[in-house]
Amino acid sequence: MNQINRFSLHLLCFLLAPVLSVQAAEFNQVQADKSSLTFVSKQMGVPVEGTFHKFTTTIAFDPARVNMASARIDLNLASIDAGSQEANDEVIGKQWFNIKAFPDAKFVSTGVKSLGGNRYEAAGKLTIKGKTRDVTAPFTFRQEGIVGVFDGGFVLKRLDFAIGEGIWADVGTVANEIQIKFHVVAGSMPVRK
Amino acid sequence: MTPTRYATSAIAAHWLVAVLIFIAFPLGVYMHDLPLSPQKLQLFSYHKWIGMTVLLLFLPRLLVRLFVAVPPTLPAPAWQLKVAELTHVLLYVLVFAVPLSGWLMSSAKGFQVVYLGLLPLPDLVSKNAELGGLLKAVHQTLNLALFGLVGLHIAAAAKHHVIDRDATLRRMSPFGK
Repeated sequence: MNQINRFSLHLLCFLLAPVLSVQAAEFNQVQADKSSLTFVSKQMGVPVEGTFHKFTTTIAFDPARVNMASARIDLNLASIDAGSQEANDEVIGKQWFNIKAFPDAKFVSTGVKSLGGNRYEAAGKLTIKGKTRDVTAPFTFRQEGIVGVFDGGFVLKRLDFAIGEGIWADVGTVANEIQIKFHVVAGSMPVRK
Repeated sequence: MTPTRYATSAIAAHWLVAVLIFIAFPLGVYMHDLPLSPQKLQLFSYHKWIGMTVLLLFLPRLLVRLFVAVPPTLPAPAWQLKVAELTHVLLYVLVFAVPLSGWLMSSAKGFQVVYLGLLPLPDLVSKNAELGGLLKAVHQTLNLALFGLVGLHIAAAAKHHVIDRDATLRRMSPFGK
């Protein structure tokens, strides 16, 4: 009897070990090649998908300590693929991103909160073209084996950042709302308890 | 009773499609190498909407042609009747193939067609730059063929009306009786 109890206890420890170690882990080793930053713009009602190839994500996220979480994304705007070569040549120009003057965009979180279940929300400051605005981005977090996967997005209003000035400021042709989507994969490193 | 004129449905469909082609064709020629601007995006959309309307009208128009009685052929040399027949068949083929090739090209270039800005049409092929370039050439070539055939069609109608002074054009005229 005693033997069985001890065996059960060991088994329990063995089974729970990964769970326990996970709880004490912080996801902070971003795997850039598995992460993506995409967007959908609307031109005359036509959704056009785009992506950024070069961006650096720095995150620290422990599902057990969400209030301590932080995220930062540094984005190389020249790495844009806006759906066609013609669009790529256009959007780096002065009326759009003006990448000569503003080569990078960044998002720096100010706080993360839980929305219940596997849903969370990151608030932070987004800076594009020299303009900084508050944004909030809901996202989900799930663990897949040893990595954490973050999926989320938000709607960016391009005119808030003067993206598309002059003739392009008319939102009847290119809509003001741009749907941004991010997919971040990160490994974990154990942290002090 | 054998009709002396085309049916009202056939006449309406003929001229509606003619007007649409006469707008879409020069629009396509004008817009295709414009520098990118909101106007260009608008013109491309209008061009696509017109093309999709032509495609939409194709089936009812074909049904009218097949099932509504047409006036008998007017007397003409046998070779002319053969050429006319062939031209009409090819015109039907191109009126279908030209907008279809445009739709395919738009899909391959990664731009979904959203009819009238409201109704998203399915992409016929997935985004593929190489295929997009090929379909652009196909669309242009088919348009060139359509341009030639429409020219022949108009020249023949004019010849019948002005030189032969027969009823060929009148019986398709929206104003006649």
